Amino acid sequence: MIEFEVIQLVVLKVIFAFLMVGAVMTMAGYSVLAERKVSAWMQGRVGPNRTVLPLIGRIPIIGSFLKGLGIFQPLADGLKFLFKEEIVPGHVNKFYYYLAPIVALVPALTTMTVLPFGEFTNSEGSVLPLILADLDIGILFVLAVSSLGVYGIVLAGWSSNSKYPFLGGIRSSAQMISYELAMGLSLLPVFLWVSEPGATASSLSLVEIVRSQHASSWLLIIQPVSALIFLIALFAETNRLPFDMPESETDLVGGFHTEYGSFKFGIFFVAEYAHIVIGSAIFTLLFLGGWNFLPWVENPWPATWIGTLLGTGWFLTKTIGLIFFFIWVRWTLPRFRYDQVMDLGWTKLLPLALANLIFYVLVVTWLDQSNLNLP
Amino acid sequence: MAKTVVLERKPLSLSERTYLPQIATGLKTTFSNMFKPKVTLQYPDEKPRIPQNYRGVPTLVKDPNGREKCVSCQLCEFVCPPKAIRITPGSVPEGDETREHVEKAPEEFEINMLRCIYCGYCQEVCPEEAIFLQDEYSSSGYTREEMVNNKEKLYELGGTLPDPHYKWDKKKDAEKAGNSH
Repeated sequence: MIEFEVIQLVVLKVIFAFLMVGAVMTMAGYSVLAERKVSAWMQGRVGPNRTVLPLIGRIPIIGSFLKGLGIFQPLADGLKFLFKEEIVPGHVNKFYYYLAPIVALVPALTTMTVLPFGEFTNSEGSVLPLILADLDIGILFVLAVSSLGVYGIVLAGWSSNSKYPFLGGIRSSAQMISYELAMGLSLLPVFLWVSEPGATASSLSLVEIVRSQHASSWLLIIQPVSALIFLIALFAETNRLPFDMPESETDLVGGFHTEYGSFKFGIFFVAEYAHIVIGSAIFTLLFLGGWNFLPWVENPWPATWIGTLLGTGWFLTKTIGLIFFFIWVRWTLPRFRYDQVMDLGWTKLLPLALANLIFYVLVVTWLDQSNLNLP
Repeated sequence: MAKTVVLERKPLSLSERTYLPQIATGLKTTFSNMFKPKVTLQYPDEKPRIPQNYRGVPTLVKDPNGREKCVSCQLCEFVCPPKAIRITPGSVPEGDETREHVEKAPEEFEINMLRCIYCGYCQEVCPEEAIFLQDEYSSSGYTREEMVNNKEKLYELGGTLPDPHYKWDKKKDAEKAGNSH
């Protein structure tokens, strides 16, 4: 007989999980809208402004305002993908062809389990993070799982059995190994910095990193080079311009998803934007202080549920700002050439990340020594 | 002979080699573009300004006295490159007070808008200045038959245009003065 409390806990976790998936998927959907709107504004256009729901559109001022913003567009986009004809080309490897979109989406949704988005103080006065699973190896889990997303792209490229997806798959796998190393190395100094002086083992938890930025400097200010390398690697990880090698729609038609249509393409599409949402959230947690207000400033909100809401809202604001930055960069920079990406990854970012690591190893060692010898 | 000037390429400075200042400049440009006025014309709500001499849908016009100008000479039918015009000639009844001295008028006048290429030759060739390509530019229909404009539709689209000649009035005056030809 399972105890009632256990069932209660499991049900609660399941509800939280659904809420989290819902929130991230909604954000992914609205990122698509943001992409369309921001690109339109940057190009002197208006963007989607026709979709409207029957009743809400009739509300005098708000209705037409929401219509102009295209608020209902993601709904129409999603339904379009659902209702399109499901075409499977005859020359594909069916099993992997169906598997690929799932493999692309699952890692993007899995990483959100270790993503803290706020904290609250319970009745006993201890501060608990809002998170689905508070893993000690949070960031390691994120790095490990989110890199699996590339398998979706490679599988799609290979199973499509067609030259452009194939090239997209090759580019994707080659790109991944060239930036993944720099990405990992850029994060090591962050954890060196955050760990307590004299500690034999330090946590890789994202919550700890955010707490270390509470009422002190953000890590972006302390470690700008790490932040820059991580950001560049993040662009590559999420397959965004200027590193959207697997897709490169101008030279590879559609890259890995050339042979995909309807809902399977929709899954790829959502996976890409879910990656962006998660990536932005992780960058916010690591370098922009998470839910803390401003560098060196104590959080202005009280330690009650209001503070929790405000903190989470502030975290979301930063994340949305970063999503905007992703979109902004996409509509500003041209795509790198394939070999230039390799060159950037291996000969520029990797040595830079190594030098950065050695520099912070020396700095942290010196600081720790002086701290420990003080008393 | 034009002299070729070879520009000296300066080596890139360190900041230029990181690309970061250039990227920042680019980001600034796109960001400021976001707040510039949009060039989009919200088409069905906003109509474009149609310039003078625009070649829209060909129409038949009436003279300021409300009379049919076309005399069904069929020149437009002959000149029409895609053969979009079909005229059934007819005669004006003898006793028509308002249309004295006019002998012929089209019994039926059809322009197939699925064939028309908007070249404007019909307007150019018309000796009576009866056919004009005006500012109507969007024609649509659910069937092929709907896209054939008949005489009634053509006059409805054309309306009345100012006419500096008053040819039939002049003919009438000339006959009254006794020198008709």
